[in-house]
Amino acid sequence: MNMLPPFLRDATMEACRPWPRFELIAPQWSALAREPVALLAVWADTARVHALYRHLPSDLILPVSVAPEDGAYPALSIWHPLAAWFERMIHNLWGHVPAGGDTRPWLDHGHWPQTTVMAARPGPPVASAEPPEFQEVGDGTAMQWPIGPLAAGIGEAAHLRLTLDGTRIVRAESRLGYTHKGTLHLMRGKSPRVAARFAARLAGNATVAHSIAFAGAAEAALAIQAPPRAVGLRSLMGALERIATFLDDLATIAGLAGDTRAHAYCGVQQEYVRRALAGAFGHRLMMDGVVPGGVAGEPDANGLSILRQVLDGLADSMPAIRRMFAGGLLADRLTGLAVTDRQLLDALPVVGVVREARQFGGDAAARCRTRLEAIARDTETCVSLLAALPEGPLAVALPLNSGEGLGYAASPRGAIWHWLRLDHGQIAAAFPCDPGWALWPLAEATLVGAAASDAGLILCSMGLPVSGMDL
Amino acid sequence: MVRLPRAEPAEAVDAATVASLKERLDAAAQARLGHGLAIRHMNTGSCNGCELELRALNGVLYDLSRFGLRFVDQPAHADVLLVTGPLTHNLRQALEQAWDATPDPKWVVALGDCAVDGGVFKGGYAVLDGPGAVLPVDLTIGGCPPSPARILAGLRALLEANSP
Repeated sequence: MNMLPPFLRDATMEACRPWPRFELIAPQWSALAREPVALLAVWADTARVHALYRHLPSDLILPVSVAPEDGAYPALSIWHPLAAWFERMIHNLWGHVPAGGDTRPWLDHGHWPQTTVMAARPGPPVASAEPPEFQEVGDGTAMQWPIGPLAAGIGEAAHLRLTLDGTRIVRAESRLGYTHKGTLHLMRGKSPRVAARFAARLAGNATVAHSIAFAGAAEAALAIQAPPRAVGLRSLMGALERIATFLDDLATIAGLAGDTRAHAYCGVQQEYVRRALAGAFGHRLMMDGVVPGGVAGEPDANGLSILRQVLDGLADSMPAIRRMFAGGLLADRLTGLAVTDRQLLDALPVVGVVREARQFGGDAAARCRTRLEAIARDTETCVSLLAALPEGPLAVALPLNSGEGLGYAASPRGAIWHWLRLDHGQIAAAFPCDPGWALWPLAEATLVGAAASDAGLILCSMGLPVSGMDL
Repeated sequence: MVRLPRAEPAEAVDAATVASLKERLDAAAQARLGHGLAIRHMNTGSCNGCELELRALNGVLYDLSRFGLRFVDQPAHADVLLVTGPLTHNLRQALEQAWDATPDPKWVVALGDCAVDGGVFKGGYAVLDGPGAVLPVDLTIGGCPPSPARILAGLRALLEANSP
């Protein structure tokens, strides 16, 4: 605590667990942004705007808040460009204005029956939807290639605007918010057990991770702990979700790169894992398996032993999959493709595959290799967890208390943070921070210089989530 | 000189036999090859769970092509719009445009609980509770998400219903 800036010591501390939240005034809010901090998330409730930092010298997680004055608060995007999309999202949902920031619409495309729906007093609908604005490049005569929101292939809905010079991408700008489902509004006023169903449906291929982070936040807010057996099962389910999602990624990447053999092979491995998950946990995605207080049910004993065999089979086929990605068509196609910029990467709170891939060169091939290593590592984790799952109860009851908490989980896409404030057992305010917020700005920069026809392959290699950040 | 034996001139085939054979072959071909549905997937706000299962369905174990089912990129090439998600307000226009671009006859399949009636998001301010709000839905396949086997069963039922 001694390494924190002096003005924080005078600020009021709110009881957010496990990291206390500092109530700041506007000048302190701006001053903290200039300290050596990494911004992780910005969100709001009806009365305050919140930011989550990692204080770099002390490595402390630092939640802070500021109360908007006359509806406005100092924009953080001046110092942290990552904050811009968060600020536009806050402006759309709560109406707080980022002074000095960007107020172009983000989630609100002008079709909702109300505006600033999360505010204490929502606004009337806008008269007509405005087409999205994109920045002009050069004299405005360059070729623009719009992709999406309902692009070809079985994927998520987002719009990408590529500006081209010949076949090369000179600028990529994304427009998200198409899949906004009003999740935060639906979570408000519900008990954590009921709201967990929404947390589990933020992102299908990170449903376990979102559920773990949400449950962690609820448990922190209520100062309770999930029993050891639940903790063990959560770790197991989290690792299994990463394995299955990485196999899905590898299959899709191979398919887009034109290697039908690797596509089929990785797809089959994923399918075996999913079927084993259905047998063991009763659901192929393990959706709703993690609940606040613990886990939803006891896994099937026979299913677990079949799962164990499937994992052994996967471990046996890893050398073959590695060979497919290390040579031939895939290596040709992926090596040197879409290298992430180290400086930009360090400026963004990106963790997981995209960051770890820097050690192998940071290109699409490196991201595949990182996934392969993660699968091997997570498989070992699962095998050792399966061998030594603690016995005991699966869940604890949730008291109808008030409190505030933060939860964290490692998803296949990177770090997931959930924040939650409970008022007598009901959710007063909540925010899930998906890894997409950090990955998309990086993807926009990484696309520049690549061939336009590679855009889909590049985005897939970076594993960009949409639904989780569209809320 | 020895004249080599030659084949005798053939008689004309019986026109009635040809016609009857042709009829039988056509019927067999229609039954075996005449099925086929081109599917365009439409994500109208899904969490990506249904997409995950659709990608699994498109894998080698389920081998969709043996049933004549295949995914296409353009609505203009599609017979079926396979809709996932609770239909967000923000994607309504895109879905309607795709519907207009799909030639008749066409079918709409609502896939997953969200597309069937909004699922957990039912009644939310940002969703229309599924494509049924704006398009005529021909088939619903429930589940959150439905397994590939269940999706396949639904699509094959649609095939059977529309085969000659």
